[in-house]
Amino acid sequence: MASSLTPSKLYGAFAICGLVWTALQTYIIHGFGFIWFIATTDGLVSSVLLAAACWLINNNLRYYQPGKGSYINILIWCGALAGICTFGCRWIIPLLASGPAYTNFLSQSLTIRFFIDFLAVGWMAMISMIWYSQIDQKENEKRKSEAEQLARDAELYNLRQQLQPHFLFNSLNSINALIGFKPDEARKMIHQLSDFLRGTLKKDDQQQVQLTEELQHLNLYLEIEKVRFGHRLQTEISCDEKSGSAKVPSMLLQPIVENAIKFGLYDTTGEVVVSLRAEIDGNYLLIMVQNPYDPQTSRPRQGTGFGLRGVQRRLYLLFARNDLMETHANDNIFTTIIKVPQLET
Amino acid sequence: MKRALIIDDEPLARMVVKEYLQNFDQIEVMQECNDGFEGLKAIQQHQPDLVFLDVQMPKINGFEMLELVEQKPAVIFTTAFDEYAIKAFETHAVDYLLKPFSKDRFNKAIEKYLAQAPTVASPKHTEELLETAAQSPAQHERIVVKTGTKVKIIPVQDVQYLAADDDYVSVFTAEGSFLKNKTMNFFEHTLDPRQFVRVHRSYIIAIQQITRIDPYEKDAHLAILKSGAKIPVSKTGYVKLKQVLGI
Repeated sequence: MASSLTPSKLYGAFAICGLVWTALQTYIIHGFGFIWFIATTDGLVSSVLLAAACWLINNNLRYYQPGKGSYINILIWCGALAGICTFGCRWIIPLLASGPAYTNFLSQSLTIRFFIDFLAVGWMAMISMIWYSQIDQKENEKRKSEAEQLARDAELYNLRQQLQPHFLFNSLNSINALIGFKPDEARKMIHQLSDFLRGTLKKDDQQQVQLTEELQHLNLYLEIEKVRFGHRLQTEISCDEKSGSAKVPSMLLQPIVENAIKFGLYDTTGEVVVSLRAEIDGNYLLIMVQNPYDPQTSRPRQGTGFGLRGVQRRLYLLFARNDLMETHANDNIFTTIIKVPQLET
Repeated sequence: MKRALIIDDEPLARMVVKEYLQNFDQIEVMQECNDGFEGLKAIQQHQPDLVFLDVQMPKINGFEMLELVEQKPAVIFTTAFDEYAIKAFETHAVDYLLKPFSKDRFNKAIEKYLAQAPTVASPKHTEELLETAAQSPAQHERIVVKTGTKVKIIPVQDVQYLAADDDYVSVFTAEGSFLKNKTMNFFEHTLDPRQFVRVHRSYIIAIQQITRIDPYEKDAHLAILKSGAKIPVSKTGYVKLKQVLGI
């Protein structure tokens, strides 16, 4: 419905309707052969009373929206108000304008006046109900979308938080070991860890960054993991210039690679190569992450842990699509593929 | 002289323990192990008094490794698990060290061990520890057994049913059955109750595997599994089974 329909416009329309109503009634009464004075008095008095009744019911409905079962109450209200209007006319008009023919006409027309008033008040009630329920609904919708936005922010925040502590404590433990006999390496690792954490903190989840930037950040993470796991962990990253300048949601890759490393390192006992390959395919940036695993002992596919579910959820929140991530497992290699839609700039 | 092992998959983490241990002449590190398999072998070979054990390791975690050890040594856990998780076993291990730990904290743990050393290796402690450790998530997903000298990891979805077998439990899979030194009660409590039901004092079956349930004698039933195995279902077992199946 029109958002241009403001309350002041509504009151304006209400006033105009009232004036038209008065004019019409005056004209009709005059048509019955009464002089203009009597007709105008009749028209004004009954219209003012009717307007008052309409205003009353409108005001009432502003603060009280009837439930499904209580429409009958509204009808009773309309009847009562129409009755009051009619009797108002019956008592007030003779005080201002009188004449035997007119008094007779007035008392004979009471029934029809009542029904006309009833219809008018009822009509007003209906419009008010629709109007206010619409306002309510708008407010609800606004609140709901705000709540959703909040929930989404909180969720993204949580998704990110859950990734950190284990990694952080183990890294600190490695630094603790290095301080004793390789202070230089300890220092280097502290810098890498700080850079990585700073990057994580300052990044806005909603923000899109260039893949090269994301890979730089990822590299910090990988360097730290390599110090932790020594020669067991090796990584291969391939990314051409074109895909390097493509956009990805920030911090999207880290959980995928973290998952690959965990899966690879904790599911096998030998050396582990984790590889990442990026390429452009039409309007999508394809990123493929592979790690070895042991089909004999690995858990069911859906149980690939928190990391991947979080990534899927994030892709859904950002792009409203559920088909942007897939995983394959064959020949002892587990592959995660994500597609990041490239929006035209 | 006490003999010790360090089992941790991170070389630097082992190095910290070794470095801190230099102050204690009475403790000798026999070997360092990269994972649970190596750890298991080394424990059998060296019969250590004390083991420094990481929890999160490749293939089998620290708890699972410990389950397979017959002569259980005293254990000090070294882990980055948060305190919430550690609460579960803090009363049972000699001590636990949250990575990264300080030298002082480490010394305290060792002193605690040395103070109780004569009575330690009390297997009861370690048993209790493992019962509580069973609350760790990995334990719901797989069962680790030993066949001869080999360690076998059975994902729970491969389990068809479990049967009591004297002091052991037999775990039946498509590949055959494996003995595990645990009780039926242990499995009844650790396995996912939506997937496994104890249908009889001596039997737990995987819901997925049931093809039919036939009446059998008075009050009793027989569950026929996909593999053709016929498992007796007791009266109370049948009630439980109906609940889980929603019939």
